[in-house]
Amino acid sequence: MVEFALPKNSKITGGKTWPKPAGATEFREFRVYRWNPDDGKNPSVDTYYVDTNDCGPMVLDGLIWIKNHIDPSLTFRRSCREGVCGSCAMNIDGQNTLACTRSMHDVKDGAVKINPLPHQPVVKDLVPDLTNFYAQYASVEPWLKTTSPTPQKEWRQSHEDREKLDGLYECILCACCSTSCPSYWWNSDRYLGPAALLQANRWVSDSRDEATGERLDNLEDPFRLYRCHTIMNCAKACPKGLNPAEAIAELKLKMVERQI
Amino acid sequence: MQIYRWTLTMALSIVHRATGIALYVGTLLLAWWLIAAASGPAAYAHVQAFTGSIIGRLIMFGYTWALMHHMLSGIRHFVWDLGYGFKANEREALTWGALIGGIALTVLIWIIAYATGGGR
Repeated sequence: MVEFALPKNSKITGGKTWPKPAGATEFREFRVYRWNPDDGKNPSVDTYYVDTNDCGPMVLDGLIWIKNHIDPSLTFRRSCREGVCGSCAMNIDGQNTLACTRSMHDVKDGAVKINPLPHQPVVKDLVPDLTNFYAQYASVEPWLKTTSPTPQKEWRQSHEDREKLDGLYECILCACCSTSCPSYWWNSDRYLGPAALLQANRWVSDSRDEATGERLDNLEDPFRLYRCHTIMNCAKACPKGLNPAEAIAELKLKMVERQI
Repeated sequence: MQIYRWTLTMALSIVHRATGIALYVGTLLLAWWLIAAASGPAAYAHVQAFTGSIIGRLIMFGYTWALMHHMLSGIRHFVWDLGYGFKANEREALTWGALIGGIALTVLIWIIAYATGGGR
């Protein structure tokens, strides 16, 4: 349901300001959401100062620098550090994006404010629990489904048909789009969200897939697909430059077209 | 939710809803006016006095804007439902268009209304 305010035990209270690193001449201020499931306290926002002369340009470089030099307890996911894996998705300066591809110098005015992806349960600090998100991805059955006999070699596809998957197959499932969507914030239990729907459209658009009707039937529901109100936050947030809003519109069109 | 930076399309999405709700109330006013007109001069004069007052005029101005904005924003949603206008620059342009167009049309209607003597 709609939640405008945080529940009592999620209210952000106080936070620690860590001392500036000794000997450093240039700093960047980081304000990072902290929550530890073990200490029974409310979340807080800690302030750190990163030595920019000793640190790479990306927000993720800053976080790793903090973890290495100031506070080893700071928890976040990261892996590829080049925008391929989608692990370090978080809310930076009020927008969901990947910490590894967002430069800290692109964050204007003052501190770099970092929060976990919005409206997801927090495991610790910047690590959200994406169980529901992955389950929704699984629910669109993201694999090739066929009834005709398997060919001797691979399933063939023309260049034109392959091009239909451009802008869909590149999704890295970082969850930036789904957790940027107000509709998803309030109905994530029933609305599949932009990421899962983009994937649904990826399989519906695949010329080799033979379960198109079944896939569309699965989305024919007031919540699963039609909670998209073209708010467009998803397309704005996607760090890969994809357009889930457009993919959802295509799905809605296909729903109508098959009835004609 | 409070941490998310407001985007234009996000703000206008909720404004579309708000104007939609405002239109319900505005339509009630319209119905009141029509019922009053049908039920006799005394009731009609009563409504006219209300809508002619400063507050009444402000409400009517707001209603005009809600109607115009909701109409243009509705067209914007219609274009999106047809599968067009999803590129970053297009969706921003459509959204600005609905916002500015709605205000411009409202002001225009009121200028015309006053110019033709409707606002005495």
